[in-house]
Amino acid sequence: MPDIMPPELPVLRVENLTVRFRRRNLDVAAVNGVSFALARGETLTILGESGSGKSVSLKAMMGLLPSYAETEGQILLDGKDILDMPPAELSKLRGGEISMIFQEPMAALDPVYTIGEQIAETIVQHEGIGHRAAMRRALDLLDHVKIPSAARRLKNYPHELSGGMRQRAMIALALACSPTVLLADEPTTALDVSVQIQILLLLRQLQQELGMAVVFVTHDVGAAAEISDRIAVMYAGRFVETATAREIMRSPQHPYTQGLLASIVHGGLRGRVLETIPGTPPNLAQIPPGCAFAPRCRYVVDACTRGDVPVAMSPTGAMVRCIRAADAIPSHATRKVSA
Amino acid sequence: MTADPRDRGGPAQPLLLVNGLRKHFPVRGGLLNRQVATVQAVDDVSFAVRKGETLGIVGESGCGKSTTARLLMRLIEPDAGDVVFDGDPVSNRQGITVNAMRRQMQMVFQDSYSSLNPRMTMAESIAYAPRMHGLPGKAALERAEGLLAQVGINPRQYARRYPHELSGGQRQRVNIARALALEPRMVILDEAVSALDKSIEAQVLNLLAELKDRFNLTYLFISHDLNVVEYVSDRVLVMYLGRVVETGPVEAIYSRPRHPYTRALFASKPTLDPDRRTTEMPLTGDPPNPINPPSGCRFRTRCAFAQAICAELVPTLSPPLDAAGDAATEHLVACHLPEAQSGRIMHHA
Repeated sequence: MPDIMPPELPVLRVENLTVRFRRRNLDVAAVNGVSFALARGETLTILGESGSGKSVSLKAMMGLLPSYAETEGQILLDGKDILDMPPAELSKLRGGEISMIFQEPMAALDPVYTIGEQIAETIVQHEGIGHRAAMRRALDLLDHVKIPSAARRLKNYPHELSGGMRQRAMIALALACSPTVLLADEPTTALDVSVQIQILLLLRQLQQELGMAVVFVTHDVGAAAEISDRIAVMYAGRFVETATAREIMRSPQHPYTQGLLASIVHGGLRGRVLETIPGTPPNLAQIPPGCAFAPRCRYVVDACTRGDVPVAMSPTGAMVRCIRAADAIPSHATRKVSA
Repeated sequence: MTADPRDRGGPAQPLLLVNGLRKHFPVRGGLLNRQVATVQAVDDVSFAVRKGETLGIVGESGCGKSTTARLLMRLIEPDAGDVVFDGDPVSNRQGITVNAMRRQMQMVFQDSYSSLNPRMTMAESIAYAPRMHGLPGKAALERAEGLLAQVGINPRQYARRYPHELSGGQRQRVNIARALALEPRMVILDEAVSALDKSIEAQVLNLLAELKDRFNLTYLFISHDLNVVEYVSDRVLVMYLGRVVETGPVEAIYSRPRHPYTRALFASKPTLDPDRRTTEMPLTGDPPNPINPPSGCRFRTRCAFAQAICAELVPTLSPPLDAAGDAATEHLVACHLPEAQSGRIMHHA
């Protein structure tokens, strides 16, 4: 089958996803029309600050939102819509074809089962092979994620492992049934710098070996630059800019992306006042009409707040959602980013 | 800048001197709840903070940087060590009391929400300490409102609000205002910007720089973020498993780190350049457990250069071996081996 299909056929396709949380006196529009397609073997990073809707989008793709969340749009995994799926079919998919890793491995791993039992259980559930064979696979997986003395670690409980080791164990669990899509929700955020780079390198290597498509969610520009093929910058529930990692880092087009990159602190700025984005992100219960970034934007004109902002596409496939992107914004094409 | 009337020893005398600070926490367990092990959280840490400077302390989790801050504020009692504040030893017998020191040294914590009393308004929280120290209620509230304005929070709009009604960045500004309420000379910032979003972090860092100038403050800036520490600090202290491994002026440490741990830490920073991504792991594994740390040099278990001497002898902070002739150097490193300090494996003839 793969021979007939065009190579760029997306394995995951999200069409106009919206998520709204409505309770008695609360109406929060968390995700407001997110669309993207992800090819096999590609890593897309959703970059955004807290409250931008990046984690909610990811949870929607995994079917993990609470029952009162109103989700609309389409999430097509290999052509099948996750949002229309009966619960039994969905749970067969989760941990099988699509799986997820989290920021807090302690919350994702079961404290009363050993690492080995948890991984084996997943394999037995999804593939119906015997417990013994599953344990052997679990051992291979721990080796694969470079956990030293894997045979001994198989019998450890989560609390007996260090932070970085737990993160590796959780990655092994997520990879147990060779998923085609891996969703990663800030998996390096809680780690020390020296461990963070180890996990990023591991994810990059596994992704290349297994040809998975990865959706990586983070607030950390550094992690995004290390791991992504493409970066989608999210603000107030929308993608405001999507481009290759290189394009985003070298010549950001959207004023928010520019502000985000300019406010990265580094030693070269010593003694200088840091560039900041004034104000705070909007309250998702009262998103202003038009461009949600307009109240903080230095290039704002009247038209920005009048209605929905059209999307501009570049010939390279980059997208920017800004009225003034084409004419007014000085492109920082030669911006130097030093580490 | 006029001289601070509280300044006693003159500009040459360090504002804070810390000597041989130590804290070991007992780990209890077993049937009789006996002590079974010791966490050596802070072990023989000494440093000085000069008047008007920012000293950055950087290190990974478990390195003892936050315990050091808590020991300085006496939120926990040290097992050993002396703290001297502007020439006055802090103790019960002589010098100044802990309370007197706390009037001059305040702290801002990482978690902006849990460090504020949820039942107090912003103005009440800020006015609390001045009131406790004898300022009449009305004057204390006025000072609180003045401070809110100083940290960029509109007092009319926010003075009567409660912590849950503010954003994280606003709450951290209030915490900074509260730390300034007693007009301290020194502020300890313990991961004070780490929980904030990047765009907000830059705002708060700008605010801290502004306040430092305006109120003539000295900062002890503790963070795991190497970039932020480089940006704010004049001098830097690098900690690993409860000990100082390297210290010196920020330019020296960042341009030519001598300790193999410092070098590995810097090499772990993401490059921010998709064309020059990190391809090799600078370090493997996590930092070891501070319960029963390695003998001798605590970094030796992860050090590519380690030799027999590293297990036997605790290295002391001394000038880099290739700078021995330069007596004036402030750059100090705790490492036995010249090849480890230069980062090059030497081939002996």
